[in-house]
Amino acid sequence: MFEIFGVPSYALFGQLLLGLINGSFYALLSLGLAVIFGMLNIINFTHGAQYMMGAFVAYMLLQYLGINYWAALVIVPILVGATGIIIERLFLARLQKLDPLYGLLLTFGLALIIEGVFRNYYGSSGKPYDIPDALQGGHNLGFMFLPNYRAWVIVFSLAVCLVTWFAIERTRLGSYLRAATENPTLVRAFGIDVPRLVTLTYGFGVGLAALAGVMAAPIYNVSPQMGSDIIIVVFAVVVIGGMGSIMGAILTGFTLGIVEGFTKVFFPEASNTVIFVIMVIVLLIRPAGLFGRGI
Amino acid sequence: MANTADAAAIRLHRRTDSGLGIAAVVMVTCLVVAPFVLYPVFVMKALCFALFACAFNLLIGYVGLVSFGHALFFGWASYLAAHAAKSWGLQPELAVVIGTATAALLGFVGGAIAIRRQGIYFAMITLALAQMMYLVALRVKLTGGEDGIQDVPRGKLFGAFDLNNEMTMYAFVLVVVLAALFLIYRIINSPFGEVLKAIRENELRSISLGYRTDRYKLAAFVLSATLAGLAGSLKALVFQLASLTDVHWTMSGEVILMTLVGGLGTVFGPVAGAFIIVAMENYLAPLGQWVLVIQGAIFVACVLTFRRGIVGELASWLRVKL
Repeated sequence: MFEIFGVPSYALFGQLLLGLINGSFYALLSLGLAVIFGMLNIINFTHGAQYMMGAFVAYMLLQYLGINYWAALVIVPILVGATGIIIERLFLARLQKLDPLYGLLLTFGLALIIEGVFRNYYGSSGKPYDIPDALQGGHNLGFMFLPNYRAWVIVFSLAVCLVTWFAIERTRLGSYLRAATENPTLVRAFGIDVPRLVTLTYGFGVGLAALAGVMAAPIYNVSPQMGSDIIIVVFAVVVIGGMGSIMGAILTGFTLGIVEGFTKVFFPEASNTVIFVIMVIVLLIRPAGLFGRGI
Repeated sequence: MANTADAAAIRLHRRTDSGLGIAAVVMVTCLVVAPFVLYPVFVMKALCFALFACAFNLLIGYVGLVSFGHALFFGWASYLAAHAAKSWGLQPELAVVIGTATAALLGFVGGAIAIRRQGIYFAMITLALAQMMYLVALRVKLTGGEDGIQDVPRGKLFGAFDLNNEMTMYAFVLVVVLAALFLIYRIINSPFGEVLKAIRENELRSISLGYRTDRYKLAAFVLSATLAGLAGSLKALVFQLASLTDVHWTMSGEVILMTLVGGLGTVFGPVAGAFIIVAMENYLAPLGQWVLVIQGAIFVACVLTFRRGIVGELASWLRVKL
């Protein structure tokens, strides 16, 4: 063990790791927000609630049906994504021609409904969710202790982010998606079912949020307000990064997580406000955001 | 032809004015009678929220800016007013002035940052700024953290009127709120207000006409924050309490809900909306967390079915401006 700037390496790298974990959730969530915003022109306020649903559904599957973490990792995003598709068909599809403000208000209302229902049945205290057996324990790397589960979360979310980036930027389906973002009318004229694409995009974004929720369940307690706590930070992340670029969203998410981790070591009081402070600085220097296209 | 058209326009104008006049008289009469029929504290709470919602409506209804962080101004004004009255022992009118001035200052700083982005980003920035100041409120000594500032003395207004008397307090709140509502009405009907509406309709065109829209937007933001702060300061005196609830994002959501239910961009809508939501929360309090669900459902219902709000729908049905 050694010290860096007077801080024991275990503490420093431990917080850095936690920062990376937070960063992976910021990246997954802001990625979903950016994809949804691109297609629907709506800021999905329900995103936090859907992340919370992901964690809760995983908890419920384990508790009531005995379905384990690995299965939950696949089932939960599909289930929660399906509720997203229902929401899009029932509500969001009706708002297409209106001011984006109404989308924000509607999804805000939905977030309140979802959080209220879970609070009503599960109270506001957290529920524990055990780390799966295969990922128990950890390795001592000499300068820090690396819990296996945390390493898994970082690697897996990075992989999911990169696959998403690849799917959108480098595949045929992704090119339809990008084209429909630019000019839906023209893309429809080519015989592509844009409304279906929109619905599936929303479902996919929601699924990403739910996946983040499943991964978060063993790290944080599963609680009804976990969504509203994180979504406001993610909004700040989105403002900092700008929503123009997929890779931008991923990079900003991870970077800000690390910055938050560092702040926790050196200025613990400022750790939960640092992202907002960065947002203010970025707005003053580069109003369009780091990766934004115009305003 | 021209004459009949003019005459029709004039009739419509008279009808519009008389609609507003009648509504104002009805509202003031109800508010004067209210404390004899209902609990004065309940009506005072609704009045504070009515002012809060009207201040918010100044932005969303007339400039088209959606602030998701108005609890910042409401709550921090409430803290400073409570602190001034309790720790500094100031008279209530001074405490209210200090709270309101705090909100004005915060509005200036927050507004200058937030107006750097438009539309949906503006909403996210205001929300983030408010969350930052919520986390600050959770930590600093002045706010009392989880406990808030309790037992705030109401004191004697101008050293003469004892506000511990419920009716005196009510009269004070009523006069201040009505004066502020009248001020808002005058603002939106002034040349300044016309420019704000022009920015709402088409910002680029306003810029090309030579208006420095950023300054107008900032001015409107500061006015809105200041009046929200006035509402927060009054609330601190009415309940003799300033707490974290007032700076939390749910408070920002509530004021949006009130304005939306009443009618965005209507004069009386936010007042009606505030009374409806405050009454609803009062009667539904035993339902606990379901209140959150009901609020959410009202949001969804408003957006999907009546976007003009109750007063907006009424006004279009009666074909008057309300």
